[in-house]
Amino acid sequence: MYLSRSRSMKLVLAIAAVFALAMLAGCGEDKTSTSGGAGTSGGGGVNTDAASLGDVTLTVWDQEVRGGQNSAMVELNKQFHEKFPNITIKRVAKSFTDLQTTLKLAASGPNPPDVVEANNGYAAMGPLVKANLLLDLSDYSDAYGWADRYSTGILKMNQFSADAATFGSGNLYGVPMTGEVVGVYYNKDILSKLGLDVPATWEDFVAAVEKAKGAGETAVQFGNLDKWPGIHEFETIQLQNVDKDYARNFIFGDGTPSFEDEGNTAAATTLADWASKGYFTDGFAGLGYDPSWQDFGKGKGLFLITGSWLTSDLGKALGDKVGFFLVPPPEGGSLASLGGEGLPWAISSKTANADAAAAYVNFITSDEAMQVVTDNGNLSASKAPVTVPAGLDTEVYEAWKKANDEDAIVPYLDWATPTMYDTSTAEIQKLMGGQTSPADFVSAIQADYAKFHSGAR
Amino acid sequence: MRSSTPAHAEPGVVAEPAPAELLLGRALRSAKVSRRDPPGEPRHVGYLYILPAFAIYALFVLAPLGFAVWYSLHTWDGLLPMEWVGLDNYKEIFRSGPLRQAFGHSLVLIVFYAVLPVTLGLIMVAALSRARIRGQAAFRTVLFLPQVIPLVVVAVVWRMIYAPNNGSLNDFLGKVGLGSLERAWLGDFNLALYAVGFIGTWVATGLALVLFMSGVQRIPQSLYDAARVDGAGPVREFFAVTLPNLRGEIAVALTLTTIAALRNFDLVYITTQGGPGNQTSVPAFEVYNKAFQQGQIGLAAAIGITLAAMILVITFGITRISERGRA
Repeated sequence: MYLSRSRSMKLVLAIAAVFALAMLAGCGEDKTSTSGGAGTSGGGGVNTDAASLGDVTLTVWDQEVRGGQNSAMVELNKQFHEKFPNITIKRVAKSFTDLQTTLKLAASGPNPPDVVEANNGYAAMGPLVKANLLLDLSDYSDAYGWADRYSTGILKMNQFSADAATFGSGNLYGVPMTGEVVGVYYNKDILSKLGLDVPATWEDFVAAVEKAKGAGETAVQFGNLDKWPGIHEFETIQLQNVDKDYARNFIFGDGTPSFEDEGNTAAATTLADWASKGYFTDGFAGLGYDPSWQDFGKGKGLFLITGSWLTSDLGKALGDKVGFFLVPPPEGGSLASLGGEGLPWAISSKTANADAAAAYVNFITSDEAMQVVTDNGNLSASKAPVTVPAGLDTEVYEAWKKANDEDAIVPYLDWATPTMYDTSTAEIQKLMGGQTSPADFVSAIQADYAKFHSGAR
Repeated sequence: MRSSTPAHAEPGVVAEPAPAELLLGRALRSAKVSRRDPPGEPRHVGYLYILPAFAIYALFVLAPLGFAVWYSLHTWDGLLPMEWVGLDNYKEIFRSGPLRQAFGHSLVLIVFYAVLPVTLGLIMVAALSRARIRGQAAFRTVLFLPQVIPLVVVAVVWRMIYAPNNGSLNDFLGKVGLGSLERAWLGDFNLALYAVGFIGTWVATGLALVLFMSGVQRIPQSLYDAARVDGAGPVREFFAVTLPNLRGEIAVALTLTTIAALRNFDLVYITTQGGPGNQTSVPAFEVYNKAFQQGQIGLAAAIGITLAAMILVITFGITRISERGRA
């Protein structure tokens, strides 16, 4: 019994070795072909007359699956097909996570989608650009005038150098349909009870927070158990302490700006200070994001610093008792707001129908499309004027418009490197939990940044 | 075991690395040399019978494992050609503070997932084996229930229980006058890992108990009678009769729960995402993080392989200890 077992074990191992080697050999051969692809389109010869392209079927991957996003997509696809009956849209809707985890495989495979929503940043769009899997849209942008549709800050979020070494400048690889801006939802009842007006300067805002705390209110409703909300609190304070262009350059940049900057240390000190003084919800470290904003929706808390994506939920919960403003700059400073765009629409470099794909992307980001997007409860990405329902929606839209007019949008800190999400969220939790000093905090962020930009990718 | 491999068992001689076909040939030959088989059909025709099953196993288990090992020796973002880095990814695991921490946390979780449940299970079974309790089946079902609930649901529910402002745990503490102990359990730098671990204890205790109860029913009543005749009290009886006879069940329970502790992903993913700071990060969570969030597939594979090796060593240790003790 024991004899034959050890013998068969050896045979099993031997066969396993053969199998493994054979499969690895096959896999090794495969990899070299991925970066070849169809390459970039043939120079400036782009055709913007979509009706002349003959019968075309476009495969489109999107993640606009939730309520208002989905209805906008369905409506736009219908309108597009009515306008260009020769182009059929084959829509593949996936959840955000599903799209994230399958996109790389699909894009490098033999049948990539023609049009796809590729996420921003070094971790998501960067590798696709580097592997030459996305089409440079610069020629289409010139032909359709895409660059004029967006504010500079928004447009930069879709730009990469061809080697993906630099983010925020160079070729254009996508354009967004929706936008988002991080500001402050406030409870009008509590604000008037405290005898305060909507803050006009950063100093007013800080004074309001202090007064609310003194009156026994939850000054800033906040829950950081999910890790990412902390980025919004930190960066909102950071942008009142540093120059907007510095903050942008740090995220997009080439690694030259250092995070070890007086303004950043001051912002970190303020954040730690607010946490220890109890300006945030009690037990924020163990409170989830959803329960936190739901509490705000039940009337708990004067302020809630978060993104425009909560507009419809909070409007339903609080009716006319809730308002929205962008965190005002310090006396004499200029407006800087944390914000971003919905996932940018990109075109595969392997598509045989680049002209039709570009016509589609053009259509869903056109001025008319922005109204459809708005009507379905989303924030439109471009500067095109749209009519918005009165109330909270208007306040949010006006804030977003102002931020774009003043080119005040700065992207999220975690876009700076592929590992920055982990580093910054963990460090912010430590900072707010009194586990690290402001000086060590900025050093830790800088260390992650320097490591990435020194080429250790 | 060694006696069965006469063909190349020269002590002190290190065999040169052999190509796979050679290995295969050797294995077959050595099978022939040491042949003391009964007459009839040649024995290795048997391998033909396991071939279909083995092919499937190789395709779905061994090949992916091979791929993972291969990836772990490269840096790869999933798109660009892989770059050979040798053992650098493994070195990175030891060099990087957060990753070392993650492996450390998984050892702490073994206490909560395996050691505590087995201990609690033994205490309960000791009590249950002495007295026949009415409604025992219902009792057993209730204790086993956590095993049946998907871990994701368990995690969501416990996140609510631990919630700082209206969670049941803090509510309870407040009502019994222990309000000073109220805290943001999952956000507490000193306690978050234990809070996550305790969920594991809650899940695994029922499994251990049910295993032990079926084991106890197998122990002949005569052993208990003999012990009682010899004047053994409940404690003595437990150590002299129950515990030695449950050795097999204990090994199974420890193995299952230790593996659950080490591969823990869902609980951490849902409850804390590894926070606060990195206080609750675990290797399996880091594998997901590195591979799908950060595009470091080589490093993720190296963490996975290291974790697999750790599981193998620990579970091997458990089985060895339980087998050695057997007379």
